[in-house]
Amino acid sequence: MRFTRTKAVIATAGLALSLAACGNAGEETDGPDVEAAENAADNFDDGTRMKELADAGTIKIGVKYDQPGLGFKDAASDTPTGFDVEMAKQLAASLGITGDDIEWVETISDNREPFLEDGTVDLVLASYSITDERRQVVGQAGPYLVTGQQLLVAADSDIESVDDVKGEEVCSVTGSTSLDNIEAEGAKPVGFDTYSECVEKVLDGTVSAMSTDGTILAGYAAQNEGELKVVGDQFSEERIGVGYSIDRPEMCQWIVDTITDAYDSGAYEEAFNATLGPSGVEVPELPEMDACES
Amino acid sequence: MNAVLDNFDLVLRAFGYTVFLFLVSAVISVALGTLLAAMRVGPVKVLRMFGTGYVTLVRNTPLVMIFLFFQLGAGKIFDALRFTWVDIHIGPFDFTSFFSAAVASLSLYTAAFVCEAIRAGVNAVPLGQAEAARAIGLPFSGVMSQVVLPQAFRASVPPIASTLIALLKNTSVAGVFGVIEAVGRMKGFTNDYADQRWGIFLAFAIGYVLLVEIISLVSTLIERRWKVA
Repeated sequence: MRFTRTKAVIATAGLALSLAACGNAGEETDGPDVEAAENAADNFDDGTRMKELADAGTIKIGVKYDQPGLGFKDAASDTPTGFDVEMAKQLAASLGITGDDIEWVETISDNREPFLEDGTVDLVLASYSITDERRQVVGQAGPYLVTGQQLLVAADSDIESVDDVKGEEVCSVTGSTSLDNIEAEGAKPVGFDTYSECVEKVLDGTVSAMSTDGTILAGYAAQNEGELKVVGDQFSEERIGVGYSIDRPEMCQWIVDTITDAYDSGAYEEAFNATLGPSGVEVPELPEMDACES
Repeated sequence: MNAVLDNFDLVLRAFGYTVFLFLVSAVISVALGTLLAAMRVGPVKVLRMFGTGYVTLVRNTPLVMIFLFFQLGAGKIFDALRFTWVDIHIGPFDFTSFFSAAVASLSLYTAAFVCEAIRAGVNAVPLGQAEAARAIGLPFSGVMSQVVLPQAFRASVPPIASTLIALLKNTSVAGVFGVIEAVGRMKGFTNDYADQRWGIFLAFAIGYVLLVEIISLVSTLIERRWKVA
């Protein structure tokens, strides 16, 4: 009896320790507080989606849950964290909606357009690169961040640039632009459902490298410090923007204005330092945003 | 549809991987399934128990879990199961660790269903056939290979064909485990050409329908040819 109790105590202690470890990891990426605007509904014209959302006091935003630093949620926490998430909070705040009233929806690369088209989400901030094809079916405002594809390799790897992975197996997420780009560079594409499976394959040496936006890779390198490193120059340009419904073109200018305000007020920099900063990336200048058609 | 037509070489290669996955896994799973069926109807108790245990375990496990095991777990237990030693390249096709892990998952999974299809066929062979074969002095291997299995296979053609059709469709699971087969490529297309989702989806669906039709045609042909008068 005594023996089992001792074991139970040890097990509980171990569990508590590991939970504490998770908690610490989470705190590092917790973003700064964002104050919601008061009486925000007055700022918008009747009939606009912004007015509707401000009146409703809640908004559904699609973010990724598996990209540390951009959009990430571990099993232990209730809300996602990351730069995309912080930008989403800024947008919600300008509608008078606080972080608690945002309904987070997990999106993967494949379902972002359908979610916007059928109204499952009001906005998508999920490392969503702006492309002409996507703009046929959804609205995309921005970019608020420009990044490019790089390589994530094991810390002791000889790979230094994209030229070194010709003929090698490189993984990314099935159906992503990154996978097509790496194929065009002469590497053999290996697609997984999530980035975490791909990282696992780099860690155990089955594939030579993982490739996607540098910002995403930096997050993983920070998470597996000493085991993984990001190498090479960016060999593609991804313009990360905010997705909205194409039926609500009025949202475009609001998104552009809100992000510009966030940059001017320093909230952008603060959000960047709190999320992607720890990976050693400098705060970028706000990219020039595309003009909104109306 | 432009996305599909402009990149038709990629589509063909993707379906090529689908077909390779299917063919290799089909051969292995039919061989393995036959062996398992022989175990299950054989006289040795240990083998019977093994066969029953295997079928019960594998048939009750979702395919995705078997894939996950081979992609993430098996290599940590036995290094050889990482399949990094497989490195075959034929033309534009690469058969490496990911392809091998997919073949292993698909074959081991499908073998359980093939086994049961053949066992049903064996049960359809009149008991007198086996008794007569034993009476003329054939050992168990002779009874099975000369008398029972040839008849059992005839009766098993339709259920085995169904199992193989399921196998063909199951190859799509490999798309999210490192093999850029048809579904993997389709996801790439729908992501790149968001404005053409319907056309892309339809094109790949038709591809699968065509492949399944080929299997059912072959199965009908075999069924006719092997028909017992």
